[in-house]
Amino acid sequence: MNNVFTEVKNLFTQNLRTSGIYIAFVAIILVFTVTTKGTLLSPENVTNIVLQNAHILIMALGMILVIVGGHIDLSVGSVLAFASAVSAVLVIRMGMPWWVGVLAAIVTGLIVGIWQGFWVAFVGIPAFIVTLAGMLMFRGLTWLVLNNVSLSPFPAEYREVASGFLDGLFGSITIGEGQGLKGVAQTVDIFTLVIGVLAVIGLVVSSWRSRRTRQGYNQTVESMPLFVLKLVAVSAVLLAFAWALAYNRGFPVVLILVAVLILVYNVITNRTVFGRHVYSVGGNLSAARLSGVNVRSINFWIFVNMGLLTGIAAAVFSSRSNGAQPGMGNMFELDVIAACFIGGASTMGGVGRVGGALVGGLVMAVMTNGMQLMGVPQSSQQIVKGLVLLIAVAFDIYNKRRAGATR
Amino acid sequence: MSDAILEMRNITKNFPGVKVLKDVTLTVARGEIHAICGENGAGKSTLMKVLSGVYPHGSFEGEIIFDGEPQRFSAIKDSERAGIVIIHQELALVPALSVAENIFLGNEATKRGLIDWNEANARAMELMERVGLHENPTTPVGQLGVGKQQLIEIAKALTKDVKLLILDEPTAALNDTDSEHLLGLLRDLRDQGITCIIISHKLGEIVDIADSTTIIRDGATIETIDMHGPDATQERIIRGMVGRSLDSRFPDRTPDIGEEIFRVEHWTVWHPTQLGRVIVDDASMSVRAGEIVGIAGLMGAGRTEFMMSVFGRSYGRDATGEVYLHGKKISTRTVKEAIANKIAYVSEDRKQYGLNLIADIKTNVSSSALNKLSTASIFVNSNEEIRIAEQFRKDLNIKSPTVAQVVGNLSGGNQQKVVLSKWLYTDPEVLILDEPTRGIDVGAKYEIYEIIGALAAAGKAVIVISSELPELLGLCDRIYALAYGRITGQLPRAEASQEKLMSLMTIESSSQKEAAA
Repeated sequence: MNNVFTEVKNLFTQNLRTSGIYIAFVAIILVFTVTTKGTLLSPENVTNIVLQNAHILIMALGMILVIVGGHIDLSVGSVLAFASAVSAVLVIRMGMPWWVGVLAAIVTGLIVGIWQGFWVAFVGIPAFIVTLAGMLMFRGLTWLVLNNVSLSPFPAEYREVASGFLDGLFGSITIGEGQGLKGVAQTVDIFTLVIGVLAVIGLVVSSWRSRRTRQGYNQTVESMPLFVLKLVAVSAVLLAFAWALAYNRGFPVVLILVAVLILVYNVITNRTVFGRHVYSVGGNLSAARLSGVNVRSINFWIFVNMGLLTGIAAAVFSSRSNGAQPGMGNMFELDVIAACFIGGASTMGGVGRVGGALVGGLVMAVMTNGMQLMGVPQSSQQIVKGLVLLIAVAFDIYNKRRAGATR
Repeated sequence: MSDAILEMRNITKNFPGVKVLKDVTLTVARGEIHAICGENGAGKSTLMKVLSGVYPHGSFEGEIIFDGEPQRFSAIKDSERAGIVIIHQELALVPALSVAENIFLGNEATKRGLIDWNEANARAMELMERVGLHENPTTPVGQLGVGKQQLIEIAKALTKDVKLLILDEPTAALNDTDSEHLLGLLRDLRDQGITCIIISHKLGEIVDIADSTTIIRDGATIETIDMHGPDATQERIIRGMVGRSLDSRFPDRTPDIGEEIFRVEHWTVWHPTQLGRVIVDDASMSVRAGEIVGIAGLMGAGRTEFMMSVFGRSYGRDATGEVYLHGKKISTRTVKEAIANKIAYVSEDRKQYGLNLIADIKTNVSSSALNKLSTASIFVNSNEEIRIAEQFRKDLNIKSPTVAQVVGNLSGGNQQKVVLSKWLYTDPEVLILDEPTRGIDVGAKYEIYEIIGALAAAGKAVIVISSELPELLGLCDRIYALAYGRITGQLPRAEASQEKLMSLMTIESSSQKEAAA
């Protein structure tokens, strides 16, 4: 067992730079669980955190590619507002069906992505400028489309996108008769638990298969006890999460969307040629070009992809806020960008992971939520969030310097 | 050694886990040019960092006596105040600032807190005169060539009342004329009483200019050679550096030359921004299977531009001409096409153009041929990637425990092997190697030569661009000379000599003569 401990120790110390954010995440959860007397991890609150931040997490998946590619996108807040506005006008003002609105939001995002990608990739204007212009333009277009007034409410089907739950498919079990939160019988949704169990089975099977393939290639793999230990830990978290959801209201529709997108973008960044090319463009543009990477096309698709995800996020957010307002989405770009940098992305490009951006987004989400539960005033919340961003990047730079000094 | 300006006694410096300097002793006499030689990683730069205070007093053992006084530098500023100035290989000039602004940067002469630019420009003119530079002091430094920038660095050092000038690889990026000028300047400075320490891989230069040479190997002083004595030969220095005598600096090779593989005809390239300026003019060349062909030319002759434009139009606004592979005309308009047509180009600047320094070895090795590792060019097989990279690590003897090592942490020679692996993995028939041994120590150079020889033996067509004529003469079966964008001749190995090549490399074309007249 002794070498398992050293292996675990190495896991943390050698990858401090990448694992630091996960450790910090756990620490933040623990701190707020204590300060909120456990409310933070209560089933309703866990569901809430997911629902409230789905749009930020979705956009962070696009932003991480933008930042790894060595760019930045300041326009996502305005684009989200614009796409929401188009959807709201079609559905609320013109009475079209809900799915036309959802589709319109996504297509609007896509078109904006093509527009911005064109200027960045083919005209060669720095993304900072293109998206700064976009931030102004698409905000203006939002006002124009909405005639400067808020539109609301969406029909019930549209609202389902962000606030719907999949439950009751397999019925539910009732536990703790009369001891639920409201003093009534509490039900636990079986469907949600089934999904949780399926996720764990999927994780175990895919980890095992990847381990076998790697052994087939004669690579060193972690020792069996550590492998099992890691799987057990991750499975436990997954199941606890599923239980929390099942205990509350079931499986949110939007969580399925987010989960699928996370899996897809994990594969895109880690395992596809496109993903590799994004990292090489961000890591060394000239070398990528001389290696036969079509830099223009990569840059173009990075922004088209960002637009697509912003469109999806717009559908989710407009559904959640039940309408479109001229000022919606203001400053979202900062939350999204902060999520990526807190998650370890490099400001120079070439470095960053989907998992990091996700945890970065969740760190911000949990902190905001925790502070709201504690009743911390808005002003202090902003200050704390700013400081966390600063400290996260400072930690990153400190680590890099240390790595540089030991060579 | 009665009057030593600098004595470094028993310097020992540790990094966590490694002893970089072991009891190094260095004595430099006042008013001499003292060369320091050693392989990359021998500890030369560390020693200079100890001397200049980059590693502050207390972070190493031993003592430094400069100008008769024991010194305890805690920062670069302290050593500069004492009169020690280092000029690094990577020049520390700001391209957008003028010559005068650069010369006085960090050392601005002020009157009541404001800079008097007339005074500064006038003083800059004087300093430029001292280093033999005739430029307008208000010209942005970025518009000047590397050779002139080097001189500006020296002028900058002169403003600091320098007693000991340290130059790290000063001529690495310079052509022969600029090198000559720079070395001449160092002699002048020596005659004016400024002591110089020069670190260089170019041993010919050292034999020419140095008064004494200290050799460092594996972090220890091996010996100091009096360069006015009988031991002042390149072979002697090499023996000291590598700890063994290198009978031949190039591996033996019996060329087995077959059919023509690669031919370029009537290649003309225009400058990317200056309209109408021709950089390569109607150049034609060919390479056969198993042949190593050299391209010789002075800096600015258009060697790199020629090859880069052939390789997917990577240089220049436009290019005309034909490229043939096995006698069949091919298109190399994009890098992708060039790679698909079995051409590989290893750039002269591996850090800028060859590698993703923040990525690991395996990612770099696979980066030009990801399609070979993927199904339908979509999903990358990362296990296969590791296997391939491991293969190259062993075959090319890349010194790194795993292929997950970040490339930026490797030495120059090993980085070059990673670049070579990357291009070998594209399975090329034509390999263009631009300055394949620049900034690489003697031992690793030999390994690179062996790899090049093996490639030729495997029937590839190899093109080598090099600024070092002995390298071309030692390596190539045939050498083309390029001057002012035109191919001025070719010599087979048996007939080639440095003198003949040099005379071909300096032929001016008739149109240029007319323009000059």
